[in-house]
Amino acid sequence: MLDNNKQPVIGLFVTCLADLYRPEVVFASIKLLEAAGCRVEVPQSQTCCGQPAFNTGDFSNTADIARLTITALEGYEYVVGPSGSCIGMLHHYPELFQPEDPWHARALALKARAFEITSFLVDVLQFSNIQSQFKGKVTYHDSCSGLRELGIKQQPRALLSQIEGVELTEMEESETCCGFGGTFCVKYADISNRMVGNKTDNVAKTGAQTLLGGDLGCLLNMAGKLQREGKDVQVRHVVEVLADQLSHPALGESAYHLGKSL
Amino acid sequence: MQITSPQFKENARIALTDVGLQKALGNVKTGFPQKRANAVARLPEFDQLRDQGRDLKNHIIANLDIYLEEFEANVIKNGGHVHWCRTSEDARQTILKICQDKGAKTVTKGKSMVTEEINLNEHLEANGITPIETDLGEYILQLRGEHPSHIIAPAIHLNLEDVSETFHAHHNKPKSMDPAVLMQEAREELRARFVAADVGITGANFLVAETGSSIIVTNEGNGDLTQTLPKTHIVVTSIEKVVPTLEDMTLFLRLLARSATGQEFTVYNTLSTGPKRPEDQDGPEDYHVVLVDNGRSDMVGGELQDMLRCIRCAACMNHCPVYGAIGGHSYGWVYPGPMGSVLTPQMIGIEKAALLPNASTFCGKCESVCPVHIPLPKLMRHWRKNEFERHLTPKAARWGIKTWAFFAKRPSLYRLLSQTSNRMLRLLGGKKGRIHKLPMVSGWTDHRDMPVPSSKTFMQQWNEKQKAGH
Ligand code: SF4
Repeated sequence: MLDNNKQPVIGLFVTCLADLYRPEVVFASIKLLEAAGCRVEVPQSQTCCGQPAFNTGDFSNTADIARLTITALEGYEYVVGPSGSCIGMLHHYPELFQPEDPWHARALALKARAFEITSFLVDVLQFSNIQSQFKGKVTYHDSCSGLRELGIKQQPRALLSQIEGVELTEMEESETCCGFGGTFCVKYADISNRMVGNKTDNVAKTGAQTLLGGDLGCLLNMAGKLQREGKDVQVRHVVEVLADQLSHPALGESAYHLGKSL
Repeated sequence: MQITSPQFKENARIALTDVGLQKALGNVKTGFPQKRANAVARLPEFDQLRDQGRDLKNHIIANLDIYLEEFEANVIKNGGHVHWCRTSEDARQTILKICQDKGAKTVTKGKSMVTEEINLNEHLEANGITPIETDLGEYILQLRGEHPSHIIAPAIHLNLEDVSETFHAHHNKPKSMDPAVLMQEAREELRARFVAADVGITGANFLVAETGSSIIVTNEGNGDLTQTLPKTHIVVTSIEKVVPTLEDMTLFLRLLARSATGQEFTVYNTLSTGPKRPEDQDGPEDYHVVLVDNGRSDMVGGELQDMLRCIRCAACMNHCPVYGAIGGHSYGWVYPGPMGSVLTPQMIGIEKAALLPNASTFCGKCESVCPVHIPLPKLMRHWRKNEFERHLTPKAARWGIKTWAFFAKRPSLYRLLSQTSNRMLRLLGGKKGRIHKLPMVSGWTDHRDMPVPSSKTFMQQWNEKQKAGH
């Protein structure tokens, strides 16, 4: 638990999908961490956690990227990111180095300090002061890596339950994979399509207007499928709701100020 | 059996549109996982047993030679024979020779995946010996000329209608849709064959070193008849099945039944220890154990060693969303699902099985239910690494990942790449906020829209803010 007099310094792990697709998720994370009394810094030499290379079997590039990331994130008391999958990948780093390699110890040290955002807020900070005006019926998809590698299940729900306007309806098979799987969804498109179709059926059955989750890969996959099927469900990362950052459109909804922002 | 693993994608595509198969798979998804979950909930110390099971298996694998030799010595002491077979070919020849020495015409068989692995039936048939499958599922498949699609429920891909048609075509009886009637028909057909068989072949779930026993577990009792009625009993199994003691065996029986079918205990647990003794009422005159290696000893001490802990419970496939979508035959060889995606490349070669370890989202469900904690995703990733190192990964994917990694290792270039992609995607998305069709990623856009970024990259916005001074 934290020393009350000390403001923890967080090295934010942005994650490349949030950087590229959904900056609002990162800003929402910063807002939450600051509300919980942290100071947030964004290490500039970070890129991606390396998972695409790791899961393609390119361990040599993965190890290079891991060394880069370990270096970028060293010196922070905690490393926090808005994705169970990417933080889960940081937890895999020790596997990439032999125990006698000094990088192994550094990877272990990073693993011990790296947390997914909802788990950090709940498990480490015991934060219970969520302020959000959000109103609506939501359902929650448990992304695989967060759930099974980091044990994230109750944390986002505990945080959501602090918002008066949130009505959470659990879907059937909320713990079943949505079929994203990184490059899997393109390499095995037919199988992935069946999996995401099962998922969107279960989402639709809840009658929720909003689908929330903690991983952008899965959320993009499900949002794209819901939209292709004409199912009227908005998809957002859970931190957007928790931080009350809702003025921007949901995933894949019409972009705003397009001309200006380019 | 013919290997169709190289056509995995095509197999899967066909399976996804096969109405009957999809109906049958619907039952897998709801049946097994629910039963397992209930059984686990009834046994609070289940996770403790899993840890014990893992540790014990690790101990056995580290001392495999010792336990196998102890097992062999005890089989011999009981009057039985042990045959060590390095390859499938060795095993087929050994079994054929035993059958021929006995002048066997027909052979009854209990369910055994190892005999599938070594392609035994075709070999016996080619040599004029008729194998008769006595497990109900296997029997149905034999009539249909098919192979198992699941390691404990071989005919899980079929529906009642299929069985009804098949029996009607082969049994010369009126067509029935009543499972009890169908079961009775199969019983009658099989009884006569049990009695007539010269040799009975079974697999083994475990081999007990301290007693030289083998055990099979079934819910039908067919295994008992297969191993007690014929004059010769051949146990065909693989080397990693050995356990030190009867007590160790019961640990695994508890794990197996709950993980497989959600039972506390399988209905028939049949031990056989050597041939009939003078005071025994029944049993075979000859007892043989054929120990198949087939690549397993190469796994000891290597990166796949953990896979040798497998007790063939099928929980990993029962819970796998990929298996649940396409069924077992799509995998194109004997062992389907996550455990197959690890084992198949070892047994038929990674060149032919290259697509299997890649056909996973690494959702981790399999590992989370495996009774002996086999890290299946990690082992599949091991094969991906192997493919990458041996240039078996498709060129485009290889080139793609290398190019991407070039950027990912250079933060400022990566930033530029993200900014450019961000801008391009937003341009393509136009006012709609998503893309309907993008040829480069048709795998995605054939089935779903592609959301586009909501604004400039985070890093751009953040650094602009920092410059502006807040
Ligand atoms: S890998 Fe584990 S879950 Fe799968 S069959 Fe083997 S023991 Fe069962």
